[in-house]
Amino acid sequence: MSLSKIKFDKKIVLSFWIILIALIIAAPTLLPVFRLNLLGRYLSLSIVALGVDLIWGYTGLLSLGQGIFFALGGYCAAMYLQITSSSEFPNNIPEFFALYGVEKLPFFWEPFRSPVFTFLAIWIIPALVAGLIGFLVFRNRIKGVYFSILTQASLLVFFNFFNGQQKLINGTNGLKTDVTQLFGQMVGSESMQRIFFWITAILVIAAWFFAKWVVKGRFGNILIGIRDDEPRVRFTGYNPVIFKTIIFSIAGGLAGISGALYTVQSGIVSPQFMTVPFSIEMVIWVAVGGRGTLLGAILGAVFINYAKSLVSEALPASWMFIQGGLFILVVTALPEGVLGWIQGDGPRNLLQRFGLKRKIETYPSLEVNNKEGNNE
Amino acid sequence: MELLLDSLFNGVAIGSVLLVAALGLAIVFGLMGVINLAHGELMMLGAYTTYVTQLIFKLPILKPFYNSYIIVSIFLAFIVSGVVGILLEKTIIRKLYGSPLETLLATWGVSLILQQFVRSVPLAYGTGLVISLLIGLFLPTTFPSKIKESINFKYFKFSSWIFAALTGVLTGSVISSSVSKLSRASARNVDVTAPSWMRGQVEIIGTAFPKTRLMIIVITLISVIAITLFLNQSAWGMRIRAVTQNRQMSDCLGISTEKVDIITFGIGSGLAGVAGVAVSLLGSVGPNVGGNYIVGCFMVVVLGGVGNLLGTVLASFGIGIMTDLIGAGRLLSIWPDMPLPLSNTINFFATTSMARVMIFALIVIFLQFKPTGLFPQKGRMVEN
Repeated sequence: MSLSKIKFDKKIVLSFWIILIALIIAAPTLLPVFRLNLLGRYLSLSIVALGVDLIWGYTGLLSLGQGIFFALGGYCAAMYLQITSSSEFPNNIPEFFALYGVEKLPFFWEPFRSPVFTFLAIWIIPALVAGLIGFLVFRNRIKGVYFSILTQASLLVFFNFFNGQQKLINGTNGLKTDVTQLFGQMVGSESMQRIFFWITAILVIAAWFFAKWVVKGRFGNILIGIRDDEPRVRFTGYNPVIFKTIIFSIAGGLAGISGALYTVQSGIVSPQFMTVPFSIEMVIWVAVGGRGTLLGAILGAVFINYAKSLVSEALPASWMFIQGGLFILVVTALPEGVLGWIQGDGPRNLLQRFGLKRKIETYPSLEVNNKEGNNE
Repeated sequence: MELLLDSLFNGVAIGSVLLVAALGLAIVFGLMGVINLAHGELMMLGAYTTYVTQLIFKLPILKPFYNSYIIVSIFLAFIVSGVVGILLEKTIIRKLYGSPLETLLATWGVSLILQQFVRSVPLAYGTGLVISLLIGLFLPTTFPSKIKESINFKYFKFSSWIFAALTGVLTGSVISSSVSKLSRASARNVDVTAPSWMRGQVEIIGTAFPKTRLMIIVITLISVIAITLFLNQSAWGMRIRAVTQNRQMSDCLGISTEKVDIITFGIGSGLAGVAGVAVSLLGSVGPNVGGNYIVGCFMVVVLGGVGNLLGTVLASFGIGIMTDLIGAGRLLSIWPDMPLPLSNTINFFATTSMARVMIFALIVIFLQFKPTGLFPQKGRMVEN
């Protein structure tokens, strides 16, 4: 399953990186603005997928509520942008407040006047919320499907809350970032979007290395231990609650960063980010890419979303069928995902089935041969 | 007093919708441990069945019986959702027993497909498809045992499927030519109109109750009683309970666990269909109608304690009454001169969506103290 199984030549690895970096730098000139924007969004989604892979692929916690943290990150970023570019509106507060007769910035938005606080808040607030939810759930040894149901319920709590609060966060309409200013530039402008694309690409790579570092060594081993047999980990003297809480809040933080990047590139954050289908989609990106393979999560997020936009443009009705079919297919036929299948014995088995590759003599078959020999 | 009665009735009405929706889930999840995220879509199929039945009863031949269509549609909805559920069990869920998270994802995929199905396939042909499924799945089981045990049974099976497909196509085209509303696919919501005897209100002890709400309470009551009797009094009910308690031992004692699984899942899905009829009386029916209920249903089952029908009943009425108390701000009218900060808080939560926030938050808090619900399962198998 793990990447370390396959050892690449150092030269190949180096040239891979050079090509990748060249592609990232060249992407804005190669792709039309619309496609570049889409690619940037999907890359930012791959960060939240990395988080899902950490908690589901490595620790076995299927969270259906990652949308909470994704949206929280998005709201933090959007609110900062709205506040900093609100000088022309009455009372120096974002425009929408006037619609609901609010004259003073709600107190919890005050700190978001500072850029430093916002950059920290984008990942710390989702991480804290995730840690709190996680701790409350894990403390009671709620696990498996109960955890999934509870995260889904929390998602609905947040969705209904954000949907209903016009006076605090503009309710259903969400916060727009397109026409806001950042460092004197329009956020929705082409040059800013290009910069956001580069930032996203760099952060995806950084997040990938971070996730690899997290699952390496003893910490990663404990995570895998929790996934495979939690009672045994507990009896060995580790407290799974702590590790599960930590990894859940790491995933929450990643989701927050991802949400912020997605928001500035799509131009709006709204409670739609916290709908049930969106959070389950995140799981399918990881499942198709290959759970427990971090690279699979990134590739899965980017490719499935690209496929979604291409299919939806051509045949709008068929995407739901394809997506539904993907869920069923990946669970029943390809439980390790595409990357897991490639890294495992998938391709060799396929070739063997068509008689293109010789079967490897394995231990059980040798044993059978021996038995026959003895009988004679 | 009147106020309290009103509030109680509203709470029971909300709770009975929740209960009838969660009942099937309680069976599938509680007895089989299967997370069926397509449960809401099975409800939706039940709601659409009501709509289709209603239109068919408007045909000249059936016009005299129009007023009874809602009763017929309860049975039809049970059958339609049950058949789809059995198909689901036979094709997908059977492969995934023992891995609930995988089941969860696969059934979510099924729910997406079902949603898109009612959007892009004309309902007349959808009906035809369900009829052919019904015949294809059940005709072979009605053959005499002599045929069933013969080697050529697969040919009989095959020919019955062909017969089923032909019947399905025939019914589909007959319906689509006679009812024009069903011949085109549409993503728009449809409306079920209650028959005349169900419109209006009934007056009990000086308070007026809408008849549709009463009807839903009656449907729920009948479903709960029927399912309790089935589980506790019938032979198959006993087998289902036996398999729930110890699958391997039941298997050893000659209970066909495969059949038990099919029946349990079929009944759970069928109950979702009945819930769909109830839901169709409340508002318009669309592809997303089931999605609004699914999380609430799971909360009911978890809160009540998995595998316990009494818990499910109490939990749904509890949630129903709490929703009404919080959502309509009734505490304020019961206790008008409460201190200001408290009444402000209550006003803050006195909307439908904020009441949901409050209810879910309360449930999560409750689960902190009783992680396994009101009536937890006991015994040493619980950890698994």
